[in-house]
Amino acid sequence: MSSRFPSEVARAAVITIALVAVLAGCERERREYHSSPTSTAQPHSRLSGLQPGDMLTTPVDPVGLHYENNAYHIAQGGRLFRWFNCNGCHGNGGGAIGPALMDAQWRYGGRIDQIHASILEGRPNGMPSWRGKMTDQEAWQLAAYVRALSGNVRKDAAPSRREGMEATPPLTRVPSQPPRAGDDSAQTVPAP
Amino acid sequence: MATSDSTIESQRERGREALLRTWSDRPGFMGWLTTVDHKRVGRRYIATALVFFVIAGILAMLMRIQLSQPENNFLGPDRYNQMFSMHGSMMMFLFAVPVMEAVAVYIVPLMVGARNISFPRLNAFSYWIYLFGGIMILAAFLLDVGPEAGWTGYVPLSSSDFSAGKRTDFWAQMITFTEVAALCIAVELVATILAMRAPGMTLRRIPLFAWSMLIVSLMVIFAMPAVMLSSSFLISDRLVGTQFYNAGEGGDPLLWQHLFWFFGHPEVYIIFMPALGMISSIVETFSRRPIFGYTAMVLALVATGFLAFGLWVHHMFATGLPPLGNSFYTAASMMIAIPSGVQIFCWIATLWTGKPIITVPLLFVLGFFALFVLGGMTGVMVASVPLDLQVHDTYFVVAHFHYVLIGGAVFPLMGALYFWFPKFTGRMLSEALGRLQFWLFFIGFNVTFFPMHILGLMGMPRRVYTYPSGLGWDLPNMIASLGSWVIAGSVLVFAFNVFYALRAGRPAGDNPWGAPTLEWATLSPPPPYNFEEMPVVRGSEPLWPLDTDLPVMTGLAKDKREALLTTSTDALPATRWAMPDPSIWPLWSALALTVLFVWSIFSPWGVVWGAIPLAVVLTVWFWPKRSEPSLGGGE
Amino acid sequence: MSLRGLRWGLAAAGSALLSACNTVQSALAPVADESRAIVRVWDLMLWICGPMYLLVLLALGYALWRNRGNGHGRASERTLWFGLLGFTVLTAGLLTVLTAQSYVQDRRLHAPVSDPVNVRITAKQWWWQVEYLDADPSKQFTTANELHLPVDRPARIELRSADVIHSLWIPVLNGKEDLIPGHANTITMTPRKVGRYRGQCAEFCGLQHANMALDVRIDDAAGFAAWQAHQRTPAATPTTPSAIAGRNDFTAMACAMCHAIDGTDAGGVVGPNLTHLASRHRLAAGALPLDRGTLETWILDPQRHKPGTNMPAVPLQPQQLSDITDYLMTLN
Repeated sequence: MSSRFPSEVARAAVITIALVAVLAGCERERREYHSSPTSTAQPHSRLSGLQPGDMLTTPVDPVGLHYENNAYHIAQGGRLFRWFNCNGCHGNGGGAIGPALMDAQWRYGGRIDQIHASILEGRPNGMPSWRGKMTDQEAWQLAAYVRALSGNVRKDAAPSRREGMEATPPLTRVPSQPPRAGDDSAQTVPAP
Repeated sequence: MATSDSTIESQRERGREALLRTWSDRPGFMGWLTTVDHKRVGRRYIATALVFFVIAGILAMLMRIQLSQPENNFLGPDRYNQMFSMHGSMMMFLFAVPVMEAVAVYIVPLMVGARNISFPRLNAFSYWIYLFGGIMILAAFLLDVGPEAGWTGYVPLSSSDFSAGKRTDFWAQMITFTEVAALCIAVELVATILAMRAPGMTLRRIPLFAWSMLIVSLMVIFAMPAVMLSSSFLISDRLVGTQFYNAGEGGDPLLWQHLFWFFGHPEVYIIFMPALGMISSIVETFSRRPIFGYTAMVLALVATGFLAFGLWVHHMFATGLPPLGNSFYTAASMMIAIPSGVQIFCWIATLWTGKPIITVPLLFVLGFFALFVLGGMTGVMVASVPLDLQVHDTYFVVAHFHYVLIGGAVFPLMGALYFWFPKFTGRMLSEALGRLQFWLFFIGFNVTFFPMHILGLMGMPRRVYTYPSGLGWDLPNMIASLGSWVIAGSVLVFAFNVFYALRAGRPAGDNPWGAPTLEWATLSPPPPYNFEEMPVVRGSEPLWPLDTDLPVMTGLAKDKREALLTTSTDALPATRWAMPDPSIWPLWSALALTVLFVWSIFSPWGVVWGAIPLAVVLTVWFWPKRSEPSLGGGE
Repeated sequence: MSLRGLRWGLAAAGSALLSACNTVQSALAPVADESRAIVRVWDLMLWICGPMYLLVLLALGYALWRNRGNGHGRASERTLWFGLLGFTVLTAGLLTVLTAQSYVQDRRLHAPVSDPVNVRITAKQWWWQVEYLDADPSKQFTTANELHLPVDRPARIELRSADVIHSLWIPVLNGKEDLIPGHANTITMTPRKVGRYRGQCAEFCGLQHANMALDVRIDDAAGFAAWQAHQRTPAATPTTPSAIAGRNDFTAMACAMCHAIDGTDAGGVVGPNLTHLASRHRLAAGALPLDRGTLETWILDPQRHKPGTNMPAVPLQPQQLSDITDYLMTLN
């Protein structure tokens, strides 16, 4: 064979593609079946925006950020949503006797760690406390899915549609609705 | 007379120099990137496909290590599932079809006596698209984003509910890459075989390898759109929430299976039928007589091609379709054994009545007989609905398809590589190393895959990352795993043989085997212009008897790139057709299309915005050039 | 290679391969009408395909052998054409015989049955929900990962899937049939021999496809009736303190979210029904044998044994774990 194979070019191309994919894909694609290390401290989600003096913003629990951007956890959260009958009060996110989860209104905060706290602690007027009834990882997965319902996860991590009757618009296409009422610190969600 | 001889000789020398100037590529790296020479593209295609073969083979060996013992923990379930999905996808999409097409890309224009393949820039584009698709899926696999739903990707397992993230999206898009590449080559081969044959090469004189590639290319054109459609539906379901495969909203998971297998069954014949053509070339050459029953052989190829489209439901016997319908597909699947039987008879008859010499290519063909016919027998078994309901999705089927794919396609491919290596490179591969490779491969293959028949009948399903002890599966699995190392040894011998021969192999002449077809009528390796003058064909074995002069037709220009187009049935000269110069635009187009495809994995807007650079580069590529129009008539 | 070595090699190979024979999950050890029909097809296939294969190899071998040296040159083309015609007719004829036998035995698989045991199996990732149906709803019951059937009586099994495509395969009883979401397939089996057998999922269904087995037990009519009657009873009331504590923990903690135990407050339908867990043969769809030790390690961390399974590792105090295990082991 008379031509030389330009291995340098090929190598460079592969490395570039790999780097791009690594930067974009690491968090989204990781699969953990064991519970990831959870924060042992109780969540410090603030429920009220009223605060004397300067505004303190608490950062989002990094564990929560991981779940929020992970495709597997969001999809599992969707299955748990149906299995644990969240539909019974919240519909498929549109709300029934419980508030809607697809919109931007959050009484007790719409950040993932605030949702996680709401699930585990329960809330006045009917939201049961699920601590002890599900594992911490399951609560994070549900919270991640709930965030996806309002379009607040990466679009390439969200599942598009569920199998079975169509319950929501495709979650890859719902417009992002950052949480509004409730915890003011939720309005300045720190960058992940 | 001496004077006129040397005048003729110096004229010919000037002609060769002119042809070299006209048909050579630019020097160096730019030449490598811009070439439209079918031989250079074909060689790199073969080399890339063999690299994917080795990678997929290593994945298989890792899987066999995991399965060598029950309840092993060498690989976890996620990693194992990705590996068998990658192994199957790489072997089917990145090795088997491309390597057969690549050999055809190199050989068919030479075999029919043409200067180049019909659409040279499309040919180059096809390689780049194939390469980029392969790199994409390999990178995805290395980053733990590889396919995880098998090479068949059944829904709902591959839907976004059950296959989270972008794993399946990369896989589905890889299918799009490889199908575009395959379609390009199929179109080129059909045009080359129907319009660019040497004068006098009537239909009755077309070599059987070219016939098989013609039929395979037509099959590709009919079959590939089905899988492109099904994978596009899947991407659409996963990306924008369409309901094609969602039973709850009026779709059906079985739709995927029908569409996929409508492609998938012809696909395995697309892989295997070029090998049938290769076998004919090898048997003919080494029996030293034309293949017996040419007409029956061609009709058998055509029948196989047609019947292959009527069998796909035999992959779905367990899905609950109506039993009478299933029985129809049993009958059709049995029927396709008849043309294969005809071909086997004709080859054996050729050997029976010829003067066979056992060289390494023929040895691999003999291996084909032993292995493929066994695979065909198990194929008849799985064609039967009740028996298939037992062995479907078990190791019996794994054994069956490896016997027909490796025995039926890879063995003849190895024979063909040994056969045509002298033509590709001008050097001979070592016969001794070839025999060593053959026996290692043959023995290793049987040790690996024969026990799998037993395993399947004894209840071991496929696609399992482990199995319990106590069911008697332990020892056959261990034996199969040991066999895989022997196969690996044979691949190493082959690699060593190739690299050694490239450096220090015995120089081959134009026609070291004394073969009859036109590719052997030129230098080894052929010059960029293939033939000095267009050969004229007077029989189906143009070079036999050996050492008789081959008539040629002069008249094609030597100072610009031209090809001779002839009529489809009788190959009468019809037109002189301008052929393209080397061009960088196929590479740019492939890059633009890659950007579009990869972007659309992540966002549907990738289709829209990615189409803009693609439109630009395609426009530049196809912009009409200010050159002489092609000349019609008989001048 | 010496003849003795060859014989030794073949014997070793043969016995190695035959060691794969088992009688619980083998298609060649049929115990039902349907699987026996399939073996009839297999036998005919072997008898026809085997000799045809040998014929081809012999012809090839002879073709090479007779031409060793410099060959005999051409034979009459006419003879060869007649040979081709004859071979084609032979092939077509044999294939027709095989197709006919296949068709006849296939009809046997779909023959109508009378007075079947009605079962509905719903496949989920990665376990089997088995419901015994009855015209009287109070006689219906649900179990998991086990199928008991009476001998000499057909069983009609409805096949459903709750998530992806699975495939029910009990080789000793019948071929396989897929469980496809949105489809309502059925399969019938008529067992003829008492014993314990094994089935397995045979359509790739995700991470733990390899660990989705089904325990099959064929009983005589009396034994089956007794089993059925027992399955219809609610769970045994615990008597020991640890079992009582275990039951209370079970219903108060995460367990009851997914699992049901008839007769208690636990009514989850996501995971397997555990009412008579301790009467089963194996745990986690065949992934583990069932005894107190394995049950405890399973509950402690299911992901270790079956990574990716949907059952999470619920944080439990050692005493709670022990109590719950004690309780579950009383559920015969």
